[in-house]
Amino acid sequence: MASASNPTPALETRGLTIRFGGHVAVNAVSCAFQPGTLTAIVGPNGAGKTTYFNLISGQLKATAGSVLVDGRDITRLPASARTHRGLGRAFQLTNLFPQLTALENVRLAIQSRAGAGWSMFNIWDTRRDLIEEAEAMLETVHLADKRHLSPKTLSHGDQRKLEVALLMALDPKIYMFDEPTAGMSVDEVPTVLELIHQIKARGDRTILLVEHKMDVVRSLADRIIVLHNGALVADGEPASVIASPIVQEAYLGLEAAHD
Amino acid sequence: MTDATLSSLPVSSLPRQGGLLRTILSADPPRSKALSLLLLVVLLALVATPFALPGSQPLGTAAKICIFILLAASYDLLLGYTGIVSFAHTMFFGIGGYGIAIALNKLGATWSSVFIGLVAALALSAALAFIIGLVSLRVRAIFFSMITLAVASAVLVLASQMSGITGGEDGMSFQLPPELRPAFKLGTFLDTAINGRLLAYYLVFFVALGMFLLLLRIVNSPFGRVLQAIRENEFRAEALGYRVVSYRIAASVISALAATVAGALLALWLRYNGPDTTLSFAIMIDVLLMVVIGGMGTMYGAVIGAALFVLAQSYLQVLMGSISESLAAVPLLASLTHPDRWLLWLGILFVASVYAFPGGIVGRLRKTS
Repeated sequence: MASASNPTPALETRGLTIRFGGHVAVNAVSCAFQPGTLTAIVGPNGAGKTTYFNLISGQLKATAGSVLVDGRDITRLPASARTHRGLGRAFQLTNLFPQLTALENVRLAIQSRAGAGWSMFNIWDTRRDLIEEAEAMLETVHLADKRHLSPKTLSHGDQRKLEVALLMALDPKIYMFDEPTAGMSVDEVPTVLELIHQIKARGDRTILLVEHKMDVVRSLADRIIVLHNGALVADGEPASVIASPIVQEAYLGLEAAHD
Repeated sequence: MTDATLSSLPVSSLPRQGGLLRTILSADPPRSKALSLLLLVVLLALVATPFALPGSQPLGTAAKICIFILLAASYDLLLGYTGIVSFAHTMFFGIGGYGIAIALNKLGATWSSVFIGLVAALALSAALAFIIGLVSLRVRAIFFSMITLAVASAVLVLASQMSGITGGEDGMSFQLPPELRPAFKLGTFLDTAINGRLLAYYLVFFVALGMFLLLLRIVNSPFGRVLQAIRENEFRAEALGYRVVSYRIAASVISALAATVAGALLALWLRYNGPDTTLSFAIMIDVLLMVVIGGMGTMYGAVIGAALFVLAQSYLQVLMGSISESLAAVPLLASLTHPDRWLLWLGILFVASVYAFPGGIVGRLRKTS
């Protein structure tokens, strides 16, 4: 996929595979993601998109194959170490600290990036800068007025925004969004898309986006890859991939059935 | 329980008020008038016991309260803040006790023996906690509980059998350094003799107080916040870049070290250590009850829980004895209130308090304020 003249990919998977018993959820997926690009990953439910994400960010261990960040093999590293190598992940099912405040959720992400987690003898708010940054981040996702609420008391849409805020607070080199707008009300979707657009506009961040909404994919993606039954079945420019027979049949047909 | 854990995090964007008290309490004040008052009463009572209440029994009870506050608080770090259940907490308590007892017994009654015994015990506890964490916390938190149970049982048997070193079932008595002996006299103050016994009490008091405040600082540090994040959602904590297993092992080692200090204090106070005073599983259950009754994940719960529990242990039997005598004519009630039934009543009190205050006493007090 990556020709010899291209720079080292920001992220690459080589023959990445996971088997659950007899079921092959992700089947030998080899793919390289160039720095500064936004790649949409599409495919019907159960195609292995989230599993592929879990293999990259380390929530699942691969049966075979490898994951490389900046050309370095990270396949054996735990999820936390991968985060410090620059992989950041937002989750499809909201995955927050339910009883801590929204501010504390974000502050914990910033604290991790700042490498301050092992400080034991200072009071947590000695690092005023981390709190201020967390407050600014909540401002960005329009949650500033809800910073003292815990996720379990937030609406679904607000939880999704907080999920995005946690990822942006980590400010990884590689952003992985797993259906960031799923379940959001129509008027909340543009906020999140605008944030993704801004990250992309910086030009130095690599973005992977699992998304079902084709209009979103069309407007944001530089490239689309299609997963079907765990295998990579199409890869290319958005227009040509969407037009390809395999996508029309395997994905769009099924998407229509879902809706 | 949920409301209690929620309120265990102080609201964060209040303007920072400087001040000594804030620094001492690590920006985590009681946040309830009733609780503040209760804590102040406990503190003043513990400070004043030697002068206010003559006799050795009140002083012994006060020393035991100090030590169990430290023991329960160190357990709360693990149970309430990190969300892992250990059954080996009294093992570390026992290691501290045996460290002091063996060193003072074999090396002579000097301060350097105290120092050597304590340092050796701390090293052993840290090594054991680290190894147990390393082999079990990688797998699952429940596996950690099972391993701690197994190791603690093995150590209990070992301590009882290796009588050459530990004194076996009988335990081991020893002499204290001269300054802590009753015969050491400095004069009198407020009609109370300032002797070695009093010095020993204040040694226990100030070490326990200092260690408690240190634990309070640790749970309110950036590190402590990570522990709470792990308790809430370990999967997400890992994804944010916190190596969950390392943080859990660190919490387990810190908790073990604090329990070791508590055990050393108890041995110094009793001038004796044996399986029944520090190692037994009965104490393990007591500590669990203290933390749950007081309120998990609050630190102050350990103070309230330990004070109530030790007072009940010391005085509930006396109280029941007098009730039983006055009810001697009523057959069933007299036997129900017999002092030997005190654990039954403590059990009923425990069930009632857990049912009425699921967030413990501290959770309840913070809710009303």
